[in-house]
Amino acid sequence: MATITFITNDNETIIAEGTTGSVMELAVQNKVKGIDGDCGGVCSCATCHVHVEAEHWEKIGAPSELENDMLEFDENVSEYSRLCCQIDVTDAIDGVVLKVVK
Amino acid sequence: MLTETSNKICVVIGASHAGVNFAFALRKEGWEGEIILFDSDPDFPYHRPPLSKAYLTSEEGTQHDLLFPKQNYETDNVTLKLGQTISSIHRKEKSISISDGSVQHYDKLVISTGSRPFIPSIKGLNTANNVFAMRTAEDAINIRNALKKNHNKVVIIGGGYIGLETAASLSKKGALVTVLEREERVLSRVTAPEMSTYFEELHHNHGVSILSNKNVKSVDFHNKINEVHCDDSSSYKADIIIVGVGIKVNTELAEKAGLEIKDGIKVDAYCKTNDENIYALGDCTYHYNLHYKKYIRLESVQNAVDQAKIAAKSICGEDIAYNSIPWFWSDQYDVKLQMVGLSQGYNQTIKRIETERDNCQSVWYFKDDELLAVDAINNAKAYILGTRFIQKNQIIDKNKLSDISIGITPTSFI
Repeated sequence: MATITFITNDNETIIAEGTTGSVMELAVQNKVKGIDGDCGGVCSCATCHVHVEAEHWEKIGAPSELENDMLEFDENVSEYSRLCCQIDVTDAIDGVVLKVVK
Repeated sequence: MLTETSNKICVVIGASHAGVNFAFALRKEGWEGEIILFDSDPDFPYHRPPLSKAYLTSEEGTQHDLLFPKQNYETDNVTLKLGQTISSIHRKEKSISISDGSVQHYDKLVISTGSRPFIPSIKGLNTANNVFAMRTAEDAINIRNALKKNHNKVVIIGGGYIGLETAASLSKKGALVTVLEREERVLSRVTAPEMSTYFEELHHNHGVSILSNKNVKSVDFHNKINEVHCDDSSSYKADIIIVGVGIKVNTELAEKAGLEIKDGIKVDAYCKTNDENIYALGDCTYHYNLHYKKYIRLESVQNAVDQAKIAAKSICGEDIAYNSIPWFWSDQYDVKLQMVGLSQGYNQTIKRIETERDNCQSVWYFKDDELLAVDAINNAKAYILGTRFIQKNQIIDKNKLSDISIGITPTSFI
């Protein structure tokens, strides 16, 4: 079980709990504004961009080469950017805070 | 909101990418009345793209690929009526007839009926054994089950994306796959020859036989195996035949109701048909693309989802013209193809093979100086930048683009 906090662009805080699937799916389930996941989670649409709180970056880890390429030229990219369809919900990421980019 | 909606009913015909995304978008935009979705497919609404990809090679059902989790339909009060077919639309009465004989009133109606596989009239095909299309979860499950019975020769008629993705997935499962393409190259309708060559070689390297200029004329079934005959006198044995030669747009309901039909249901910039209470979305629409300045019909998730959002806004009183650059993707083996734009009408292509990485390529389509489209193979940077350049009508320095010693950055080809 992981508890994940999403902060949207209008500063709404949504706390969601999940055990399986991707963080994008968890966000869609909890109607987190700005996380669309249009491609279904195959790292093709970049509609699930989040910034990981710096202190939680270690827990989440760095993106793959493909994901990195999707993000590199994004106007809102930061050193803590991830596409959350590529992050699995596991105990290891319990407590992380993710800021929705869009 | 322009008007009170709490006692209104919005009915959606077709609960796939367009219809389902529309329903949730409509709720998000503030629609307070009922939302009822109908679909003849009995399966809970699922993502279609994985069917020919990961789904075929797994043992899972569609429960991991639902468009929205089941609980969201409850929390957003979206009613799903699955396994029900709509027989007609009565515009005067503002109602639809359902095949069980019941009638449903609507205040707003959305037609997102999509398309169905086109099955060509090939002699003997309808009496052959294990013949499948690839469009629904049921198709994918039927193919998986047929494979399990130790059948392993598969003939795929049609070398488009559906055919090639299915070929890759089934060959991963150990099947001996032959793809019969009628044109001189695969993907001829959608990509440049460079791309066709790339994919033909990719499949060849994975043991899939891709044969072009193969016009299938008949199929027969004897001694427990199908034999597929082409008009050049060649024949191919097949335990399983998969037909992927394109689709037919589901416009019949709309046409019978007197809505304007072209190459699909004609809609305006807000996805509205010529009836102000009826909208249409997704694969079944003939719509105007502002960027390319022409009417088009698209078979894509992007168009389904983007039109869903536009129509939901319009129904709730906010008209924002549809203005998207089309994008598509395909996964075959370990290759990720991402495409942006519409390449039709191109008169020049520039191909880049990046040197710093293996198997990382892109094809850039131009009409004179206008960048029309980019096909990117394991090259998300080219895809993302291509998207941006097309959106901005950026003039590209083709000499720099052709020079592979210049890496892909936002400024390097300007």
